[in-house]
Amino acid sequence: MDFNDSAEEAAFRAEARAWLEKTVGQPNAKSNLRVEGPEAMEAAKAYQKKKFEAGYAGLTWRKDVGGRELAPIFQVIFGQEEQKFQAPTGPFAIGLGMCIPTVIAFHSPEKLKRYVGPALRGEEIWCQLFSEPSAGSDVAGLKTRAVKDGEDWVINGQKVWTSGAHYSDFGILLARTNPEKEKHKGLTMFVLNMKAPGVEVRPIHQMSGGSNFNEVYFNDVRISDTERLGEVGNGWNVALVTLMNERLAVGGSMGPEYGEILELARNTPSPSGKGTLLQDQAFREKLASWYVSAEGYTLGKYRTMTALSKGQTPGPESSIGKILNANRMQDLANAAIEAEDHYGIISDPSLAAMQGAFHNAYMWAPGLRIAGGTDEILRNIIAERVLGLPQDVRVDKGVAFKDLPGGR
Amino acid sequence: MNFDFSDDQKMLREQARKFLDEKSSRKIVRDVLDNADRFHDATLWKGVAEQGWLGVAIPEEHGGLGLGGLELCVLAEEIGRAVAPIPFSSTIYFFAEAVLASGSAAQKKALLPKIASGELIGAFATSEGPGAPSPPSVEATFDGSKLSGVKIPVTDGDIATNAVVLAREGQGLSLVVVDLNQAGVKREVLTTLDPTRGHAKLTFDKASAERLGKAGEGWELAEAVLDRAAVLIAFEQLGGAQACLDMAVDYAKSRFAFSRQIGSFQAIKHKLADMYVAIELGRSNAYYGAWALSTESSQLPLAAAAARVAASDAYYLAAKENIQAHGGMGFTWEVDCHLFYRRAKLLAVQAGGPSVWKEKLVRRLELKNVA
Repeated sequence: MDFNDSAEEAAFRAEARAWLEKTVGQPNAKSNLRVEGPEAMEAAKAYQKKKFEAGYAGLTWRKDVGGRELAPIFQVIFGQEEQKFQAPTGPFAIGLGMCIPTVIAFHSPEKLKRYVGPALRGEEIWCQLFSEPSAGSDVAGLKTRAVKDGEDWVINGQKVWTSGAHYSDFGILLARTNPEKEKHKGLTMFVLNMKAPGVEVRPIHQMSGGSNFNEVYFNDVRISDTERLGEVGNGWNVALVTLMNERLAVGGSMGPEYGEILELARNTPSPSGKGTLLQDQAFREKLASWYVSAEGYTLGKYRTMTALSKGQTPGPESSIGKILNANRMQDLANAAIEAEDHYGIISDPSLAAMQGAFHNAYMWAPGLRIAGGTDEILRNIIAERVLGLPQDVRVDKGVAFKDLPGGR
Repeated sequence: MNFDFSDDQKMLREQARKFLDEKSSRKIVRDVLDNADRFHDATLWKGVAEQGWLGVAIPEEHGGLGLGGLELCVLAEEIGRAVAPIPFSSTIYFFAEAVLASGSAAQKKALLPKIASGELIGAFATSEGPGAPSPPSVEATFDGSKLSGVKIPVTDGDIATNAVVLAREGQGLSLVVVDLNQAGVKREVLTTLDPTRGHAKLTFDKASAERLGKAGEGWELAEAVLDRAAVLIAFEQLGGAQACLDMAVDYAKSRFAFSRQIGSFQAIKHKLADMYVAIELGRSNAYYGAWALSTESSQLPLAAAAARVAASDAYYLAAKENIQAHGGMGFTWEVDCHLFYRRAKLLAVQAGGPSVWKEKLVRRLELKNVA
């Protein structure tokens, strides 16, 4: 066992770090601010362009589409370094991490020339149009219709929880092309121009107060059949390729961790009134559990990296990370607020602990437990794909989608 | 990055699993469980010695194989999986590790070869009554050559030939090593929650003993032994927890209720998924502990505490929910679920319980945070 990079990996990491130092500036692990607004977007696009020119974009992709065909471990290493430098990669995560790999797998050579380069250079941003108001955990239950009309498809319906739709140029759209078929068999995937007539993007006002996601409405939107990804009716299998690519992209908890709450407890009185909260035994036991969970998550990533390093593909076991992180984020934020007793209710950044970071985590964590696979769906995935337990009884097998309860 | 066991170590695991499947079958474990006079399987112990396992981490000059802590972790996981009725942990993780860490050249020469050959069964005696031992609580005394006092319970104290004992010497505490087959030692066998391992009350009345390590450093030396043992026991716990999950998965696939495999119900799926998450969390922390153990890292105290806390939680969860997944059958004597439920508790409280280790973890985290 050792935690060192191989010689080749170490050389790559050093080279990446030198480039990031030159391009982004000093590492800044403490800054946790979300980039918003047009200026931030311009900066992100400029960064992506430099990244492409330096050869760090599309590291694992085929050479004929502009990639370097490196092993996935190099993508992970570059991502780790980018994170340390707080490089502005956010707007491209979904497009380059999930959409374009799907486009590469299924689109025609001419279209690859059209789409891959601009995406790699940061000129065009992509989003993923899967979830719908009546199709969340059960994505294949979606109802957005695509009807063939000459050489085009006409789209009507609505998507929801679409990250970045308001600044995206293109999206991959999963739509129902045949409601006479079974649920999973009547779907088809398309590339959608987000600026096309009839596409309307409306921000969702979240319980946290922010707006990180959108609703997207389609009103007689036309898509050429040449923008179809894969065969008609094979959309579900295309979508699985997209979702598989999500596994490499799972992030950390994005909130305060045991170190931050330890500091808070050091300066907060204990509930007994004697000493600090950090001296309170009940608090100490919780702190130990958060430590074990947070470190276990990080160490688990090292195990994934080891598998990648040996050329293996990470499986569905990485679903563990989000269950652990989202729940720890919620519990820890809750404990931090309760730690301060009545004062803990104050959100004003000039008065609140960590400028309100615990409140932000408290209000963001419920979303994190749902987004990208709910706690419950992730447990199903572990049970079925890792432990090999049988699927639940299916009431939708062998039934045309239109005949399912709620299928219309 | 290579955060995994080597191919050789994985091969050792396969061999160990094969050996234990045969020699420490559930029938062997149950023979010990069902026989009130037996607390270990002597044939299995001999077989384990012949396999060389007892000397895995003992240097070649003292009759061992001279391999390291990682190999011991691999064996520990398999022993835990098999619920093996042998004094492996007492002899190896505690007694041998204490001698290796603190023994004089003469003590190593005298004791280690006997451990490697299986002739010496060791025990580690710190507890004197309810509650975790602390420096002021220790009443056993050592006067430089004679040991007096009571230790209860001592795991494998019924069959051990030698013990390392924590005792008061003058103003401080010392570790002493004592031969248990002498007139000044009285053994009383105890009944416990886990009858597949022996336990005794040991009463010392001016028993001849030798100091292990420096006088007055006994508490610190014992803590260091416990840190190393915590990592190794964590692997035993994870082996046991994984066996529980495997049992529960098999049962959930083969048992039908409401005309369905019960494993197709989400209530069962989520229970088993939670067991899996807890075990993997334990495994990641235990791997780090194994790395720290094998490299003598300064991170060992914190890593050991995290491994122990995570593995204790995982084994308890897996053992109790395995019974639940089995329904009424899980509550019967003849189904094996209770073997793990019993061993889970022994391993959780031997070497300090979960609350003690959570406290150690936070204390060590505070030190790290200050530094």
